[in-house]
Formats: sequence, structure tokens, C-alpha cells
Amino acid sequence: MRWMWIDRIVELVPKERMVAIKQISLAEEHLHDHFPSTPTRRAMPVMPMSLIVEGMAQTAGVLVGHAEGFKEKVVLAKVSKAKIDRDATPGCTLRYTATIEQFTAAGASTTGIVELIEPTAKGEPKAEVIGQIDLIFSHLDQNMGGVEYPEENFVFSESFKTLMETSGIEANF
Amino acid sequence: MERSEIFDKIQEILVDALAVDDDEVTNEATLIGDLGAESIDILDISFKLEQEFGFKIEQGELFPEGITQDPDYVEDGKVTAKGLELLKERVPHFNFAELEADPSVENVAKIFTVEALVTFCEQKLQAA
Repeated sequence: MRWMWIDRIVELVPKERMVAIKQISLAEEHLHDHFPSTPTRRAMPVMPMSLIVEGMAQTAGVLVGHAEGFKEKVVLAKVSKAKIDRDATPGCTLRYTATIEQFTAAGASTTGIVELIEPTAKGEPKAEVIGQIDLIFSHLDQNMGGVEYPEENFVFSESFKTLMETSGIEANF
Repeated sequence: MERSEIFDKIQEILVDALAVDDDEVTNEATLIGDLGAESIDILDISFKLEQEFGFKIEQGELFPEGITQDPDYVEDGKVTAKGLELLKERVPHFNFAELEADPSVENVAKIFTVEALVTFCEQKLQAA
């Protein structure tokens, strides 16, 4: 399971919306480098925003791929908007909600809400919207340049199948 | 819808999609040359136009696809007469005067101006 930045799909409304979560753990090595301590400051383990964007891209990408039965090679083409207002720290959960805005033969546009869920000592965890990430996906085989790619769908690899199956979603593609 | 109103909406879309200043979006500005649009931006702009104006844009309707890569329509770096005819049929919103004067392939992108985009939307809205 390499380069997977979502842990579980918690809701999938085909061709419409998908919700996925990512648990942030201090065991993740990159958090120790982002940011390490300095002579004047303690370490600040914060989930890198670029990886939050990747998490949303995986959430929205699976939603867009699922819409056509994973026949299309769905690639992230453009980050139209990415705004995160708060740091996401270990022990918290990121919840990505991706919604398809437009879908055509050439690709799709999605809008996405990022929430940060903080555990509390008692009762319900606290959820807060911390940002928005809007994306454009391209169906690679429909590219304007007419470039041909291998037939095999190398985008939706075994890792994505495993993610879907462990989330209780059929992945027979 | 008035042409000036269409222009204003397109200006807003291009500022958002291409991260340019609104004074850069003039009628004469070329999308690919002056405003720095890449192929994927054309898809983004199509999505935004569909949302704003409520019409559907088919693939290749806004900007010609495949023609300039096809040896049937390009010879020695120049668009052939047959290619030019096909372009006129596929993308009638372009102003072909410059391309007819010099049919070099790179000039296809040069005639994709903001004005052509306004004409495209005007024609789509009239047809609706």
C-alpha cells in the first residue's frame, strides 16, 4: 500500500459524492521531518498540505473513476483551488468530502471540503471544516493531443482495489 | 445577452481559471499565448462556461482537437487548404484572417482569442 493518503471510504454515492478519512499518526515518518526541531523551537509535526491535497485527489479520483466503472484513466490535471486554514496534527482525523460538479467524456471537476476531527476526552469528537480543495480531472485516453497510452488502467492499481475492499465496497474491475 | 455582458462573465472566468489580472483579459488577448492557458485549462474553461451560461460544450467544440496533429491536414508545418476548411467547420467562432494569411500550425493557437471565446458563447446562447 504505497502512496495511499486515505485510509477508508466511509460513504460513496455513485456519480455524486464520496467521503473518505485519513487518520494522522505520529508513527508516520514524514511528520518527523515536517517540521523537525531547531535550536530555538520544538518539533512541529503537521500533516503537509501537499499530502492533504493528494488525499482529496485520491478521494475525488476514486469517485470520478467509479462513475465509469474504472474504465477511464483518471488523472489529476489541475488544482483549481486549495485553501486550508488550520494545521492538521497527529491523533486527529481528516475527513474529505468530494462532490462531482461536472462530468464529461473529457474529464470532471470536483469540489471538496476538508474537515478536521479532533478526539475529545469524553463524548463526541469535535469536527471542524478547515478548508476547500477543488480539482479538475482528465480522462487520459481522451486527451487533446491524441496521445495513446497503454490499455491497462495503471491509475487504479491494486492499492485502490484493496482500499475499496477494506471499506466494504466491491472492486471487481 | 449583450456581448459586453458575455465579455464580463468570460473575463471573470479567465481571471479565475488562469490566475491572470482582469486588465490582461482584452478582446485581442490570445488564450494560449498571452494568457498562458494550457490544454487542461481549456477543459477547466469549458466547465466554467457550461456552469455560467448553462449550455453544453462537446469535446473539441471550443478548441480544435487532433487536426493540427493529423498529416492529412498539416504539411511542412502549415495547415493545408483541407485543414483550414475543416477548422472553419469545427470552430467557426475563430477569426481566420490571420491564419489564412500565414497558415503555420503555431498560428492556430494565435487565433484563439478572448474575442473568439465571446463569439463562441454568443453563438451558443443564440442557438439555445
